[in-house]
Amino acid sequence: MQQFLQQVVSGLASGGVYASLALALVLIYRSTEVINFAQGEMATFTTYVAWQLIHWGVPFWATFFLTLGFAFVFGVTIERVVIRPFEHAPVLTVVIVTIGLLVMLNGLNGWIWTAEIKAFPSAFPTRPINVGGVAFSLQDLGIIAVALLAVFCLWLFFRFTKVGLAMRAAAVNPDSARLTGIRVGWMLALGWGLASMLGALSGLMIAPIVFLDPNMMQTVLIYAFAAAVLGGLESPAGAVVGGLLIGVMLNLLGTYVHPITPELRLPMALLVLLIVLLVKPSGLLGRAVVRKV
Amino acid sequence: MKRAGLIKLVAIAGAAALVVVLGFTMTDYHQYQGGIVGYYVIAIVGLNILTGYTGQISLGNGAFMAVGGYTTAILAGHHGVGELATIPIAALVAGFVGLLFGVPALRLAGPYLALATFAIAVAVPSLAKRFDHFTGGSSGITLPIHTGHYLYSASWICAGIGYLVAWLVLRGRVGRAFRAVRDSEVAAVSSGVNLALYKTLAFGISAAFAGVAGSLLAIGAGYTNPDTFPVTLSLWLLIGAVVGGLGSLWGVIFGALFIEFLPIYAQNVSKQAPAVIYGLLLIAIMLVMPTGIVGLARRVVAPLANRGAGEG
Repeated sequence: MQQFLQQVVSGLASGGVYASLALALVLIYRSTEVINFAQGEMATFTTYVAWQLIHWGVPFWATFFLTLGFAFVFGVTIERVVIRPFEHAPVLTVVIVTIGLLVMLNGLNGWIWTAEIKAFPSAFPTRPINVGGVAFSLQDLGIIAVALLAVFCLWLFFRFTKVGLAMRAAAVNPDSARLTGIRVGWMLALGWGLASMLGALSGLMIAPIVFLDPNMMQTVLIYAFAAAVLGGLESPAGAVVGGLLIGVMLNLLGTYVHPITPELRLPMALLVLLIVLLVKPSGLLGRAVVRKV
Repeated sequence: MKRAGLIKLVAIAGAAALVVVLGFTMTDYHQYQGGIVGYYVIAIVGLNILTGYTGQISLGNGAFMAVGGYTTAILAGHHGVGELATIPIAALVAGFVGLLFGVPALRLAGPYLALATFAIAVAVPSLAKRFDHFTGGSSGITLPIHTGHYLYSASWICAGIGYLVAWLVLRGRVGRAFRAVRDSEVAAVSSGVNLALYKTLAFGISAAFAGVAGSLLAIGAGYTNPDTFPVTLSLWLLIGAVVGGLGSLWGVIFGALFIEFLPIYAQNVSKQAPAVIYGLLLIAIMLVMPTGIVGLARRVVAPLANRGAGEG
């Protein structure tokens, strides 16, 4: 039972990281039907920026908020400069462009900060605390709290602010939104900015655990893909649920199903992805898409 | 039209002659590099049949190469089958895996298909490590070492056959069906094209080409291990196809030369420079010439040719 609880909590922690990145993917997909393959590399880049700030002696929490701010500007800039010109291009073209971005940022990260693995400080103490005889890592609990807080803030933003409403309108019906005076193009850029912030958050949370290197987010991106698809690519709530589910499920499978070794963790996530795509492509919380001819 | 056909024939004969002559005049090291270009050509032709002609994106053809590579390594390294004899077997095995994957892929389109194929490319190294009983795990399987000339000859003979097969497939009924699927699935179905059949077939053919390329990669490298077929390999193939021109068999050679030699030259700047240049180029090409080198050439040459025709 102890082991089960511990595995569930640490699964929720990695799930929180996956959920943040999955949410980033969903934010962009919802408004433009583009899957941003570069989301992980963008997150790695911003995490490196955070490492650099800490390296220069900026205190941790100042770095944390500076990095989120930088990530926002970075995301908006990428949308304006790289993605905007392909506004009317076919999906295949945009997919290839985001892959170009992935390859470029991956190279850039290695170029600027070298491929050497870097330690990253954690916001939370790594010592465990005892709750009813079960030891939980404070770091895990901290990650879960940060992830849930971020989701809550995002919900507040979309639900209660005028900009949030405008962004939702631009995603649901760009043409009508434009007619009511919403600047749809900028709403999309804003979406990229928010997505980039969420990515930075997931990077900042995972870096202390897996250490920082140029390929850090590549596997996280795959888990995030699986999470987003599981929850429904259209659904932000689905992304969070999907992320947490994937995190917990992989941990439990790894602990209790013997033939599933750590090497199979990634393929298992992919199996989930494939099964969902085949059985229920709209995901757990998404709505089915009807294609009209 | 007849004249254009003749020019094409001469160009093909010239290119083939050049490949043969280079095989006897280049240094062994350059022939080794040439051999790599040869199997990239095969892999990219395969990817082009799927992505360029049928409109189904694949970020996972490196995985099909891995299937081919491991088929060769296991048969030649563990069971003593002659290496060259494993190439057709690798094509069959990879082609079969491709057909199998084509069935679920039928239900996926656009970004979803990109995701699913990407997932497969990412999974391959972990799967190879997990089932180490067959694949030799992280240390892999070693094969005999060959000269550059050996790889060059094997690669380009296979590439020649590959070109011929691709041309035969694409020129007739099947090729027309592929293009119809790419241009409009609804229109294709309305005209009696069996969508399921042709999409699956495209995956199978594409994977068989990748299998041959993977087999040659294993023979050329003299070993296979989980890192022989990284995710980046699949991405490089896509880059090669895009640079050469999606939907053109001619451009493939340029695409293959590009992905083999750019890293070698860009490495002088920085070890990471090739990736940055690849990425930038990929975006720039999609912006400026989405039809690749061949498309660009057509755009430049066609108006000139038309003007000539008008005056004549």
